[in-house]
Amino acid sequence: MQIFGYPLDVDPILLTLEVAAITTVVLLMIGTPIAWFLSQMRSRARIFLEALVALPLVLPPTVLGFYLIIAMNPDGTIASLLRDIGIHQQLTFSKTGLVIGSVVYSLPFTVQPIMAAFEALPMPIVDAARTMRAAFFDRFFTVIVPLARQGFLVGSVLTFAHTVGEFGVVLMVGGNIEGQTRTVSIAIFDHVESFEYADAHMLSIIMVIFSMLVLMFVYALNRKLQIKQA
Amino acid sequence: MFKGNLQLELGNFTLDSGKFAFDSTGVTVLFGRSGSGKSTLLRALSGLDKDTRGTLQFGNEVWQNGRKALPVERRDIGFVFQTAALLPGKTVQSNLDYAIKRVPKGRAHGPSPQEIIDRVGIGYLLDRSVDNLSGGERQRVAIARALLTRPRLLMMDEPLSALDWRAKTELLTLIESVIADYQIPTLYITHTPVEVERLASRVVFMADGRITSVESLTEATTRIDSPLFTEEGPVSVLHGVMGAIDDDGLIAFESTKADVFTFWLNRAEHANTPTPKTPKTQARLRVLARDVAIARQRYSDISMLNQIPATIDRIEADPETHRQAVFLTLDDGQTLIAELSRRSVATLDLAAGQSVFGLVKTAALMDQ
Repeated sequence: MQIFGYPLDVDPILLTLEVAAITTVVLLMIGTPIAWFLSQMRSRARIFLEALVALPLVLPPTVLGFYLIIAMNPDGTIASLLRDIGIHQQLTFSKTGLVIGSVVYSLPFTVQPIMAAFEALPMPIVDAARTMRAAFFDRFFTVIVPLARQGFLVGSVLTFAHTVGEFGVVLMVGGNIEGQTRTVSIAIFDHVESFEYADAHMLSIIMVIFSMLVLMFVYALNRKLQIKQA
Repeated sequence: MFKGNLQLELGNFTLDSGKFAFDSTGVTVLFGRSGSGKSTLLRALSGLDKDTRGTLQFGNEVWQNGRKALPVERRDIGFVFQTAALLPGKTVQSNLDYAIKRVPKGRAHGPSPQEIIDRVGIGYLLDRSVDNLSGGERQRVAIARALLTRPRLLMMDEPLSALDWRAKTELLTLIESVIADYQIPTLYITHTPVEVERLASRVVFMADGRITSVESLTEATTRIDSPLFTEEGPVSVLHGVMGAIDDDGLIAFESTKADVFTFWLNRAEHANTPTPKTPKTQARLRVLARDVAIARQRYSDISMLNQIPATIDRIEADPETHRQAVFLTLDDGQTLIAELSRRSVATLDLAAGQSVFGLVKTAALMDQ
């Protein structure tokens, strides 16, 4: 593919978008219940669990990557767990491994905004739904999710964007295999290493524009989704 | 019938109701200062808080036993919150539908949804978004929604407190008549004595997270140290029948028994109120004791239209002031309280057992 006369390798871009999309969907499914339970907890264990969820925010990606490699190596915990349920797949240096790593790495970006939205729920409205006989899953999907929609929006966009931009964990877990684990950020690193500044430029400027658009989209939608309180 | 003993800790506040048992028919008002635990008790009674402990029985059903609780969804409670708590961004109709859709087949009887919507007066709002309603309109929708859940029990947590005075007056009248028409047992929280006097069948008094006493409205308004009495002093609540406005702008409020008493109320300024009472409706009359005077005989050359024959039951002194409360028994057994100075009581030589007349200006009865 050519843009403005420059050749552009789209494989890393497609791979990056794919991994980010899968990660976002997986994290919405895992992160929503975690956010809910944390927001409802009144016990002291909550401090510990909240810190645990936030850990990927502060840990160097190399630390995270290191433990992930250990957990995902063919004799590691995750791989043997998967083997027990009949999935024989190499995790390190594969797309699946990349997704698993991204899920761990981006977990706080999903959980924290959704949890904040759950905590800010106008409880009388949820209580009113209960008195109208809406059982848990009923009121969760008909009342709680619509009321917490800003949290879900911010959570999924941040997760997606953050996964697109990750580097350290991807490099350690996925390596740099063309078409399989070479994401945009790795490709840029690669180009710079080989002094292919024009190619690095192209991908970098695409990342800048993409990030800017994502953030503007979030801010615009955020304003539109505001719930009128009265 | 409610029976039980409930505990609930919310933040720094501890509810420990103590043993209680009271009838659930009519309107039970939970009354107390803010911070006395009214709302917490209502949450515990409704089952909305999962940390509720203790025991609770509604009729023959066990609603709470230790940690085990019947889920709110199966208690058939219609709840009206302080804020209307409508689903934002939706129309009035879809808010009502949320309730209607979830009514189990066995309970879908009684007045039709259309009838309830008309009764509450929100027919013209159905297509509007709830985000654009006034406070009074929102609360009407909330009341309609609570009724449409086909509740066995209504719970209202200070439903008027967020409204301006005009909406308050209108909604109080609405709540009063809706409860009477549909005969739904109601638990009602307020810290406003006027609401108690208009609605209550019985009063659950609360202080410091405990139930201090449960009294009938008559009991609660015939003791001088009643927590219901504010700086306005003692108040009598009379039950009777309200008539139509006559040519002089007066309304007759009569005892349900024939020829016992007739109070004339001045409603002239309210002649244009949007919903005039239909003639001959059951009503309550609230009379401030400080507006009542006592005469030993009936006077004809006096402007007082209301001269009500009565017998002195007892005279109680307020220990904190020089005022005395004279409890008059009307001929149908109801109590009218007159607040007099010590000098008046002495001058008239008043004593229990005497036949006297209670005098009240019509204008004092205007603002009902």
